[in-house]
Amino acid sequence: MGMTITEKILAESAKRPSVVPGDNVWLNVDVLMTHDVCGPPTFAIWKKEFGKKAKIWDKKKLVIFPDHYIFTKNIHANRNVEILRQFAADYDLPNYYDLGTDRYKGVCHIALAEEGYNIPGTVLFGTDSHTCTSGAFGMFATGVGNTDAAFILGTGKIWERIPESMRFTFSGKMPSYLTAKDLILQILGDIGTDGATYRAMEFDGEAISSLPMYERMTLTNMAIEAGGMNGIIAVDEVTSKFLGDIGVNDYKTYQSDADAVYHSKYHYDVSKLEPLVAKPHSPDNRDTVRNVQGTKLTKCYIGSCTGGKITDFYYAANLLFGKEVKVTTFIVPASTAVAKQLEEETISGISLKNIFEKAGCIIAKSSCAACLGGPSDTVGRSIDGDVVISTTNRNFPGRMGSKSSQVYLASPLTVAASAINGAITDPRDFL
Amino acid sequence: MEKKITGKAYVLGDNVDTDQIIPAEHLVYSTSDPEELKKYGHFALSSVPIEGAGLPDGGRPFISGDNYKSQYTIIIGGSNFGCGSSREHAPLALQVAGIKVVIAESYARIFYRNSVDGGFLIPYVSQVKLNDKIKTGDLIEVDLELNKIINHSDKSSYQLFPLGDVFQIVDAGGLFEYARSAGMI
Ligand code: SF4
Repeated sequence: MGMTITEKILAESAKRPSVVPGDNVWLNVDVLMTHDVCGPPTFAIWKKEFGKKAKIWDKKKLVIFPDHYIFTKNIHANRNVEILRQFAADYDLPNYYDLGTDRYKGVCHIALAEEGYNIPGTVLFGTDSHTCTSGAFGMFATGVGNTDAAFILGTGKIWERIPESMRFTFSGKMPSYLTAKDLILQILGDIGTDGATYRAMEFDGEAISSLPMYERMTLTNMAIEAGGMNGIIAVDEVTSKFLGDIGVNDYKTYQSDADAVYHSKYHYDVSKLEPLVAKPHSPDNRDTVRNVQGTKLTKCYIGSCTGGKITDFYYAANLLFGKEVKVTTFIVPASTAVAKQLEEETISGISLKNIFEKAGCIIAKSSCAACLGGPSDTVGRSIDGDVVISTTNRNFPGRMGSKSSQVYLASPLTVAASAINGAITDPRDFL
Repeated sequence: MEKKITGKAYVLGDNVDTDQIIPAEHLVYSTSDPEELKKYGHFALSSVPIEGAGLPDGGRPFISGDNYKSQYTIIIGGSNFGCGSSREHAPLALQVAGIKVVIAESYARIFYRNSVDGGFLIPYVSQVKLNDKIKTGDLIEVDLELNKIINHSDKSSYQLFPLGDVFQIVDAGGLFEYARSAGMI
């Protein structure tokens, strides 16, 4: 019987000739990623449980990014970064990206891609639910809690149940008014926030092949919003070009077999899809932008691992070029590399950064910022009564700050168009 | 492991996500300092919208006043309980507040794993929807051997799905205890 790409990678990691969904297997982990929120409790559990014998299984495979609560006066948050720093110093860790140095990177999932940790065919675990983002590189990547992470830290192993796979095929040519965000909101509206619970979500088709890596990462990033264990896209020329450019050339590639068994298969023709939003307070509360057009806004937010990549800012800058925003609009580059690209990349000779400044946007430092609310002094945090449109991934009550704010999730094109009007706007009005 | 757990039920709706269970702004507290740990209990379920807090009527806070312990021991949830982030602080916060068992129609994967592997609480899956049959404050007995619950308030009883493969980890008290008993570490 054929296997899916996810099954093949997990079989290899479990050192088995084959696996089937439902099998419980012990996996050998290639990379463990953690950050300032979950790193400190993970290290505490590891020290407590392994005691004097505590040994990091492989220092080269542990990657630590402070990114969540970092530009704040909150003493507890700053203490967490201090714990990471001390841990990295105590154990002489090569892959710690310290805040306040030029090694600082920003949001972990984007930094993993930029720093060459996303290697096709490998297995990556992270103490963050959006670890599934890395699946855009033809690898298995998923989130775990602190106890699981502490176990991996000491043993390099973890148990998992082999997931069933769901296949999402997008055919046709991407229209100029659609982005990967619209595709994943389409899926979420169709299957709901538990529509893929404990399953692999595999994306393919002509439209997916045409997407740059950063757009593919938007799709795999939000697999968790459907409850997915992982999102995955097989390696093609776009992947190998991206990896070659950062010096990663040595990896195994896998494809799903033609006779692989799927839980379900979905098919979309992108030319028939429309710009979408997820209305408050759930990522699956889908509607067309046209249906909520005119909803008055108090804030716009373009940032996060979902919507703060250079491709997202290109889309937004194209619309904001020569225009002014009517409501407070935050631009939060996910990583320091993206922040640099905002200064280097241009449209008609003007840098993206300049375009945003001239439009009246507030450009913040790279981090998770208000994507998850954060301490009260976090830039962009929502307050009572706010109505926000955002390129982030979650709009649960209180996610961006106040639980009496309303958050709409949308593509960077839709957020930029809405910023210009101060009300939710279909990007086709400007294209 | 205890064979029976008895206590008052706190009933919630569908899709209770980890931001509602423990809002992100509170994730800064130490999980190893016993005093700071109490904050997790104090803020547990503090972002559940008021109309959904303690069904069927809502408006019943999980934690009252300055307490960090709740009067409730068992949570009755709906579908997709614990969706959202990977924060292990979510089952931890419920444990600190005194919750021993959650019974829901379905769980998000990471919350389920965290509950089991961290030994925080027992995540049971109910065979039928229960959050429209049990009321907040009902006295519930969970029988861990027979995988069923009895609602002493109206004498009804319901069957739960057995824990299956993860029973061994739950029984051992968490992933590390299990691995030690199995000679893995
Ligand atoms: S940007 Fe948002 S979703 Fe992404 S890692 Fe940070 S908090 Fe999580």
